[in-house]
Amino acid sequence: MNSGPVARPDNMAKKNGAAGPRGNIRGQTLVVPGEDLGDSGDFEAGHGVMAISGRLKAVKQGRLREKGGSISVDPTHTRYIPRPGDLVIGYIEGCTNNLWFIELGAPFNAILPMSLGPGKVDFGGTRSVMDIGDAVLCRIQEVEETHSSVVTMKGMGLRKIRSGVIEEIDPHLLGRLIGKGGESLRRLKAETECRIVVADNGRMWIDGELDGILDVRNKLSAISERNSGGED
Amino acid sequence: MGGYGDVQMIDENGLRMDGRSPGDIRDITIETGVIPVADGSCRMTWGTNEAIVAVYGPMEAHPRKIQRQDRAVLDVAYNMAPFSTTDRMRPGFNRRSREISKVTKDALESVVLLELYPRSKIRVTIEIVSAEAGTRCVGLTAASVALADAGIPMTDLVVSVASGKINDVVVCDLNKEEDNYGEADLPMGIMPNSGELVFLQMDGNLSQEEFKQAWKYNMDAAQVVHGMMVEALKGGGPQ
Repeated sequence: MNSGPVARPDNMAKKNGAAGPRGNIRGQTLVVPGEDLGDSGDFEAGHGVMAISGRLKAVKQGRLREKGGSISVDPTHTRYIPRPGDLVIGYIEGCTNNLWFIELGAPFNAILPMSLGPGKVDFGGTRSVMDIGDAVLCRIQEVEETHSSVVTMKGMGLRKIRSGVIEEIDPHLLGRLIGKGGESLRRLKAETECRIVVADNGRMWIDGELDGILDVRNKLSAISERNSGGED
Repeated sequence: MGGYGDVQMIDENGLRMDGRSPGDIRDITIETGVIPVADGSCRMTWGTNEAIVAVYGPMEAHPRKIQRQDRAVLDVAYNMAPFSTTDRMRPGFNRRSREISKVTKDALESVVLLELYPRSKIRVTIEIVSAEAGTRCVGLTAASVALADAGIPMTDLVVSVASGKINDVVVCDLNKEEDNYGEADLPMGIMPNSGELVFLQMDGNLSQEEFKQAWKYNMDAAQVVHGMMVEALKGGGPQ
């Protein structure tokens, strides 16, 4: 997140001065919460949009997108919401005798039961296997109605992360990092000679030489900056 | 609200001590993304008031007893820095800051879609680094910008403005002297797109006519401030 220009009466673009509700502003790119997006008649309310009393209203800050009869907002900032099957990188935030609590950057922590942990763990021995602060690569096994999620480390490549660094970007920007068919990510791996594992919660594990890691970091900050506001 | 009627705060031309007309507000600047580690943040100056707000979350709510099964909880903390006033403020929370934290939380709960994040918590920290008059209005307005900056879903932004009465004249956006020696103060929290109220307090006495005038000043000022909030949010981040 970067510091933006300061809004003052003398440098305000009058065309954007949002003095109350307006008619139809679908031509504009950026919207803020509460902004009126016109009549809900022909459009369905997508992500970040609500229909209130027959009018569409933005409920998130971001870019307006109109696609297939629905109107949605691509938010500028998002929080990861777990879905079953997602590959995620989490940090151990707590543990009991038979499970770990994993912080995924989501509004709710996940649990990792001893039975789904790495290898065989004795009852009471969770902390000796993975302690608070350790990073783990795991997969979402289940998300309950109450938003509680269960993760597993049983699976190929799922492990405790012992080397390299973990970087983070907003989850909705992952598509830009990976590119069509994974092309951008493949190129980045080749250019930096780093091992990169991109998780669905916006975190990525980068392992390799220091120069390569720095190159990847620069690339990530460039993506974040380009997408933190303004036009493409 | 000293109510010392002999202090002349408005001249024969109807101008106030700082040269403003009764309906004018002080200069405002709004900046988003000022705290890199926060999910959303805002720095707002309003006259010589300055507030910095950071928003974190939605995140797991701790301790677990504060979790609500049907919605997120808002944890709002308003605090004035010890150096924010000419008389040193004693650090830490006091009765006033608790009251303002509570009314700010109640106002923001009206706009934030908390039901989307059950059992979680959204932390809003408001730090007043320079205080003149109307810090609760600055804090609430800046908090709503910071929440929008954090990508928290909201039905509208909240603008908070105060009007009051000095020397029997209703004026908008009281400064320190007007607040101290004026006769009434009416801070309001307004949803600018719908014109709905989310917060109203009153200190002192206003007649019905004066109340209507103060209400009108607040509503008009809210639209101006809202324009600036939108500008700050849309211009946020390098182009």
